[in-house]
Amino acid sequence: MRFARQVLVILAKDLRAEMRTKEAINASLAFALVILLILSFAFDPSEETTREISGGLLWIVFTFAGTLVLNRSFARELPNDCLDALIAAPVPRAALFVGKALASFVLILAVEIVALPVFGIFYNVRWARQFWPLILVLLLGTWGLTAIGTLFSALTVNIRLREVMLPLLVYPLMIPLLLGAMQLSALLVSGQPITGDMTVWLRLLVGFDIIFTALSLALMDTVLMG
Amino acid sequence: MFVMLALAAILLVRHLYMISVLPDELQQGQIFRIIFFHVPAAIAAMCGSAVALVASVLFLITRKFKYDALAVAVTEVGLAFLAVNLVTGSIWARVIWGVWWAWDARLTSALVCWILYAGYLILRQALEEPTQRATFAAVYSIFAFTDVPIVIFSIRWWRTLHPQPVFFTKSGSFPADWTFTLVLNLLAMSLLYAVLTMIRLRQEHTMREIDFLRREAHAV
Amino acid sequence: MGAAAVDCAGVWKFYGDYPALRDISIQVSEGHCLALIGRNGAGKTTLLRILAGFSKPGKGHVHIGGQDPREAEARRHIGCIGHGIALYDELSAIENLRLFGRLYELPDPEKSAREWLERTGLERVRDGLVREFSRGMRQRLAVARAFLHGPSVLLLDEPFTALDDRAIVVLQTVLRDALAAGRTVVICTHQLREALELATDVALISRGRIAFHGERTAEMVSDPGWIYAHHGDN
Repeated sequence: MRFARQVLVILAKDLRAEMRTKEAINASLAFALVILLILSFAFDPSEETTREISGGLLWIVFTFAGTLVLNRSFARELPNDCLDALIAAPVPRAALFVGKALASFVLILAVEIVALPVFGIFYNVRWARQFWPLILVLLLGTWGLTAIGTLFSALTVNIRLREVMLPLLVYPLMIPLLLGAMQLSALLVSGQPITGDMTVWLRLLVGFDIIFTALSLALMDTVLMG
Repeated sequence: MFVMLALAAILLVRHLYMISVLPDELQQGQIFRIIFFHVPAAIAAMCGSAVALVASVLFLITRKFKYDALAVAVTEVGLAFLAVNLVTGSIWARVIWGVWWAWDARLTSALVCWILYAGYLILRQALEEPTQRATFAAVYSIFAFTDVPIVIFSIRWWRTLHPQPVFFTKSGSFPADWTFTLVLNLLAMSLLYAVLTMIRLRQEHTMREIDFLRREAHAV
Repeated sequence: MGAAAVDCAGVWKFYGDYPALRDISIQVSEGHCLALIGRNGAGKTTLLRILAGFSKPGKGHVHIGGQDPREAEARRHIGCIGHGIALYDELSAIENLRLFGRLYELPDPEKSAREWLERTGLERVRDGLVREFSRGMRQRLAVARAFLHGPSVLLLDEPFTALDDRAIVVLQTVLRDALAAGRTVVICTHQLREALELATDVALISRGRIAFHGERTAEMVSDPGWIYAHHGDN
């Protein structure tokens, strides 16, 4: 399919460029580890109560580290006016959105996959007891962050104080997603499966992802064309 | 102009009526009077967010600045009304429970919505050029006001799963004559909202004229 | 294709309520080269960006090859050089051209990329990263990128600014070849001489309006200030 090919071109370009410099991913990873460390001081990992809630703390780390990657998504197009060339190309804006979102998604997931074992070590939790459900929550939550974050990365690319504006605008929007992801992660990290009442959070995550991916796809053109 | 004056006059009359009525209904715990401000403020603000959503969509479709002006006016006034809601809620909590804040579902939702409205205004401040500002603000407002119902639902569910002592039992336990006063007050608040929005709209119109004159002057 | 490859009718552009472009109507026929001249802030770049499909006119419409430049199909036939070179520093010359070849869905991106590297004299540095290139090399690669997909309309915003002599020769050669092959070119410029030599038509834009639009004459080439003197408002 043509759309898929165009998405792949954009995805490949972003990943290749990132792998050459590794700026965003290194910064993001370092940031994630630093935050994990600081959280360990704030919430003493040796306390039993902390271990119960620690799954929620994970999402603080993921969101902050993810913002670094998302910021870079469109910021990397600024030098040399590359963004103009991308907009000028006969690629539909939706393909541009999906390609860039997927690239950020891959990068943020990579950071998360590295951060998880470190978290397990610092907090002395066996986080992998509900491994696949946890991965599912990771995927759903990260996609929500990425979908909104990519659109707002495009929106804030030319604004003053871009690095501050992006989190400022995106985090409040993401509160329902974070609430759900944190509840589920806390549950799964403490070894319990998702049952009964808690499944509503899964439905929330899926619904949130669908609604905001659709909105982002619809509004991408408006944001890029202005 | 006359419309505004008429509205303001009706408003004043209603306010006075409302205040004079209240002492008759005074229950033990004077603080319960605060509900007459607390609840209508929130309802008015939520209606405001719906109006802002519609105005934003209309702006993106028609590109007419009057819709952008409406969106910003309604959102700013909504921010003020939500602040009233938060502050009155906080005062109520302090009197009843002795804490300034409690994470009950309604207050928490109101706080998140307040932050979303504030985000809209901060975004507008960061954008200089009027067309870009209106466009991006409209995009944000569509995201934010679509999020509002999701926020309310998710926070309510969170509080249902982890129940907290509930402060205000709002539904159904009112005596009938209270309800009437509440509705009257809602009307008063809505009118106030409308008047403030109109004032803000005129401001917006003036600001656009100034911007136009400034650009014209610079071009010469 | 109609006779007018670039057709602008009744175009207004507003910033807020202020019109940066007022009632611009201008046509450029196929195979012609228009030099769009004007002072800073007159509206040249604004107009060019509208022609390229980067922004929407407030009123009026633009057709490039009969289509709205905001449509994907029309963009396929447009090539732009703006103020930035629009190339990725972290990728090599050939990777950049391959990327654009794929974005424009060329039948053989690799072949087109190599061809244009040769034409711009960058064949030997094709695997070099763009961030290591000299300024002139970057400019030449930008020319390659703009012409890579064989656009029928070229929109260039002050392309001769800060080019070294080699790059100027490359650009002039490529433009002459394009014009000879029937392509249409619009150049925004201060650098009056190089642009005027290539131009067939000239337009002066002043305070958002077209103050003059006509054929390029010998007088204009020999005395670049002629246009401002006769048609500008000083």
